[in-house]
Amino acid sequence: MQCDNCQEREAAIHLTQIVDNKVTTVHLCEQCAAEKGVNTGSSVAKFPLSDFLASLGKGAAAALPAGAEPRECTFCGATLQDFRETGRLGCPHCYETFEPHLRDLLRRLHGSSQHVGEVYLPPSRAQSDSQRQLSDLREQLRRAVDSENFELAAELRDRIRVLE
Amino acid sequence: MTIDLTLIPDGGVSWLDASGPDSHIVLSTRIRLARNLQGRAFSVRAAGADREDILAQVAAAGERTRILKDGAFFRLDQLTRLERQLLHERHLVSKELAGLEHVGDVRQAAAVLTNGALGVMINEEDHLRVQSLQSGFAITKAYTDLERLDTDLGARLPVAFHPEFGYLTSCPTNTGTGLRASVLIHLPGLVLTKEIAKVLQGLSQVGLTFRGLYGEGSEVVGNFFQLSNQTTLGKSEEELLDHLGKIVRQVIEYEEQARAVLQRDAPAVIADKVWRAYGLLRYARSLSFEETMNLLSGVRLGVGLNLITQLSVYSLNKLMIFTQPAHLAQMENRALTDPELPISRATYVRRMLESDAARASGEPGRDP
Repeated sequence: MQCDNCQEREAAIHLTQIVDNKVTTVHLCEQCAAEKGVNTGSSVAKFPLSDFLASLGKGAAAALPAGAEPRECTFCGATLQDFRETGRLGCPHCYETFEPHLRDLLRRLHGSSQHVGEVYLPPSRAQSDSQRQLSDLREQLRRAVDSENFELAAELRDRIRVLE
Repeated sequence: MTIDLTLIPDGGVSWLDASGPDSHIVLSTRIRLARNLQGRAFSVRAAGADREDILAQVAAAGERTRILKDGAFFRLDQLTRLERQLLHERHLVSKELAGLEHVGDVRQAAAVLTNGALGVMINEEDHLRVQSLQSGFAITKAYTDLERLDTDLGARLPVAFHPEFGYLTSCPTNTGTGLRASVLIHLPGLVLTKEIAKVLQGLSQVGLTFRGLYGEGSEVVGNFFQLSNQTTLGKSEEELLDHLGKIVRQVIEYEEQARAVLQRDAPAVIADKVWRAYGLLRYARSLSFEETMNLLSGVRLGVGLNLITQLSVYSLNKLMIFTQPAHLAQMENRALTDPELPISRATYVRRMLESDAARASGEPGRDP
């Protein structure tokens, strides 16, 4: 049986819907079903995220003007469709390409999109002076605590607070 | 087998020694941080050559850290399936990295650099999965060591980090801190008193989740549960760990209360259950892995309640690891067929219990 939507691929999903007491059955291939946001049993089992992703597809993505949706990540070529199917992003740049979608998703997943934990300090020149100074002080503080030099540790902690 | 686990201190099983806090209930504490390199596709999407570059870069950085400079390095894609399974059974690599989720499906350039307690998986779902494994309930110790290793690696590698989203990961469920802490805990008291459903339900309400023995997607066997944080973003590492620690502490208390209730209300039933489990393990001639785990759970409860004294928690922990298929094959020095496995397992369990009992009674092979 052919897919009702693309008329090309073999239909794999047979979706029966009851709307206003009328029963309709649609036959879709896996790809078209995924595009329409139909949750298949297999994808639910594989990706606990699928609920979120399905709602992301209908909610956040639909709320954007159609032209504004980025087609694919310029770095790795991944599309939102890839993400919906696999639950995995393609590369770090995807976070910028799909930023509004992801912000919304991250808020739903974690209750917030603002990271408040450890901050990554780049190894070399990209590091600004105050950052470098801070990381040096933190390292000194760690050593002071390790060697149980609490007086020095308290002083270092105060200096770190000022810089922060 | 070509793989030499003696390269790793204690063969990577020092966390089994039951030396950690609350080790009568908590087997181990594991924390991992997910990290990725800038300017590269995530492992799943990366080309083979890219993954080779990532491997070279991360391995070189790892070998220059104080913690991993003497670590053992294994390229999973150059090992046999049995060898990869051995590393997975020892909790040194994930099922995904070992390529055990589908037949013959190991990712090119998948590797691990480890000293047993601390290590980094390379080209897992994320380029780096930096992890720490400790005996017992030891969140602070596990994280202190891990943070040091992560800082050392970060000082040598360009890590993908976003000012708003934090550390960027392949799956958005790990974004932010990239931190997942899991406490492997044994809860037979709560299972027997039928309180476990309430506890597990409560966990999801406080932002924690539970899994089976081998993490994501694995089943609960032998009353062992892995409790871990569900979210990774919007809270600092300390807050996430502190929260998990407080809840686990509460679960330990519930478990202790449940055990006290069992001993007060049904001492004969419990004693019978515990000794039956011991008897089966000690004398059975064929044991499936699942049956072994369930019986070990009963015996572990007996040890915890001081009903069984001739057996150490260390031996029980070792039995959990060494009765798995790849470990049995390694001990027998050959691949075992399906019918041979349960027989080999029963023999190993029997010998171990015999020698522990002999040691406890001071005479070889005598029963209590």
